[in-house]
Amino acid sequence: MRSGVALSELDALAERVRPVTLTREQRLPVLPAFESILPGAGLRRGATVSIGSATGVGGATSLALALVAEASRLGSWVAAVGLPSLGLVAADELGVALERLVLVAAPERDGWGGVVAALVDGFDLVILHAGRTGVRPADARRLVARARERGSVLLQLGPGWPEGADLQLEVIRARWEGIDDGHGHLLARKVRVTRGGRGEAAQPCRADFWLPGPDGAVEVAIAPVHPLRAVG
Amino acid sequence: MAAVRTLVVRGADWPIVAAGVALDVPAAVVHANRVVATSPAARAHDVVLHQRRREAQSRCPALVVLDHDPSRDARAFEPIVATLDALTPRVEITRPGQVAFPTRGPSRFFGGDDVLAVRAHAIVSAAVGERGAVSVGVADGILAATLAAEAAQLTRVIPPDATPAFLAPLPAATLDRPELVDVLGRLGLRTLGALAALPERDVLARFGTDGLAAWRLAGGLDERPPALAPPPVDLTVSVELDPPADTVAPAAFLARGLAEELHDRLWARGSACTRVVIGAETEHGDHLERVWRAEGALTAAAIADRLRWQLDGWIGGPARHRPTAGISRLWLTPDEVVPAGGRQLGFWGSDAATVDRASRAVARVQGLLGVGSVAVPEWRGSRDPATQIALVEAEAVDLTAERPGAHRDRVAAPWPGRLPTPSPAWVHGEPTAAEVVDTAGEPVLVSGRGALSAPPVLVSVAGGPWSEILAWAGPWPLEERWWDSARHRRRARLQLVTADGQARLLALESARWRVEATYD
Repeated sequence: MRSGVALSELDALAERVRPVTLTREQRLPVLPAFESILPGAGLRRGATVSIGSATGVGGATSLALALVAEASRLGSWVAAVGLPSLGLVAADELGVALERLVLVAAPERDGWGGVVAALVDGFDLVILHAGRTGVRPADARRLVARARERGSVLLQLGPGWPEGADLQLEVIRARWEGIDDGHGHLLARKVRVTRGGRGEAAQPCRADFWLPGPDGAVEVAIAPVHPLRAVG
Repeated sequence: MAAVRTLVVRGADWPIVAAGVALDVPAAVVHANRVVATSPAARAHDVVLHQRRREAQSRCPALVVLDHDPSRDARAFEPIVATLDALTPRVEITRPGQVAFPTRGPSRFFGGDDVLAVRAHAIVSAAVGERGAVSVGVADGILAATLAAEAAQLTRVIPPDATPAFLAPLPAATLDRPELVDVLGRLGLRTLGALAALPERDVLARFGTDGLAAWRLAGGLDERPPALAPPPVDLTVSVELDPPADTVAPAAFLARGLAEELHDRLWARGSACTRVVIGAETEHGDHLERVWRAEGALTAAAIADRLRWQLDGWIGGPARHRPTAGISRLWLTPDEVVPAGGRQLGFWGSDAATVDRASRAVARVQGLLGVGSVAVPEWRGSRDPATQIALVEAEAVDLTAERPGAHRDRVAAPWPGRLPTPSPAWVHGEPTAAEVVDTAGEPVLVSGRGALSAPPVLVSVAGGPWSEILAWAGPWPLEERWWDSARHRRRARLQLVTADGQARLLALESARWRVEATYD
């Protein structure tokens, strides 16, 4: 078919004349509050991010939602797998565009590979909650490779994921404000987040955030500090 | 060049007829809370299309409300279509309840359009019988023929070359392009004739290809100039069914994949199809074929729908028309191929491309996990964090279109008693049991006046260890549906922050505490 040939030629041409993108453009934007704690001030396409919290501390789910909020607002699609209890009102309040959010039921342990591979092809951001069943290590490695190839960001929420992530965020302390013995109500939460990971994220770092603040916005409470490491 | 002379047979109010409801009973088919089809008796009560279900019921309390089920419509229609095979082999189904075929050959054979129209009417009304009314229209082009059939009592034949005159006085809204019609209306172009009178170049310059297609239709031409090149022959996609299917479910399961394959093959050539032949072969070697056509390009989902409806028509129909053995092969052949306009991807990728990518991924996941496995959020009015947003199956919505339900402003009314913001990030579908005690170790309760029996001190979730309550707020009593004894609920809610740093929303109902949500 002539038209077929012409099209494939056009595709090849588009590939060759496509402008070389700056590293910064290969990152998905995040809320201004998170720019200081993320290397390159954004979520690097193709990266895996794990979001957890210390035992007994809450806030990981809100942190994951707040991380994807800005990219979602600017047009990226978000898929959440295995999160049937996700508080969607909270997602909306944190800034996630619900018209570009899709919830997928948790597959069987054997099904994670296929389902997430399909989602990585179509979504810029995939939030995973493997839960108790967990993901097989072989599947996890394949998915990480696939995400890197497609330029999607995999966010793992909670345990159940066998691979180490490029960027690891952990909520180590959370304090609620606005509530007292019998009066007020939950109004604002201050969380302390530590960062670790590989490559550009390897240097540890921690910061305090309002998640959310009294006005509902996510803001920096204490700017990131890089604790000194003992050397040699 | 005039459009292809076409005959349209239309079963009036087909969804109602297919549901087996007599036309003198007020009935309406409702889809997504809107009326999509009505019976004449319902129209007599001012029940009209696009009305909300509740409004329709308030106008006619005796209204029989039917579910929208295209499979049912197609199932009931298949035997009727089969009778038209006596007239011509080229019957095209435009939607369940309406078929079209070009009249050129059959008219010559039977002696003119008038004779053919009467004959088609006689055949189809014999098949439909007392259940419903049938009308037949003949004109140049499918739009005019459809409108003629709608205007006809029994049959109506618009003479050759009289089609533009027939269309001219009709309102522009018949074009089924709401946005364009709106613009035309504001420009004072309220009839098809007014649009058709404009110069072709100006229409193209001002309204683009879509406007040009509308202009052609309004002038009694075909939407697109007839394609000179036949579609490439190698685009047929087929699938073997092993074991052969004698029920709809296993075959319909394959329908989606087959439709995607066809769509992708066409897409790779920058084409889309507007007319598709659906074929099946049975174990006994019988060949079944039907042509379906649509006004615009068929999407993968639209092809899959039509394939499923057709299978339903073949397998689920009355015994007389059912194939004698299970279906062992299915195929799809694009019969009319058009350049895939309007859905062109941007050169560097665009919003349209992102949506497209996402909806394809969704389709693949639905194939892996089942149709109900993917859901999208939609706002509802409610006081509960769990029901404030409902999850709607992705299958039921069009991801590529604007979805007003996904925006918060959809919920206009205030809901007193709603929780203060921020909302919990984790809402338990199945609330977990909890125990709350005071300093004396007695369970904490809420009185009828909404006061706590004692300040809460310790809480245990799901039989777990006791943890100390650092701060609490509430109780906020909530009394819902006090007018309805069956669905009446009385609750009191409490926000708790425990020593482990977790904040939870608890509710007391019937003297039992439950964790409704966690502020994770």
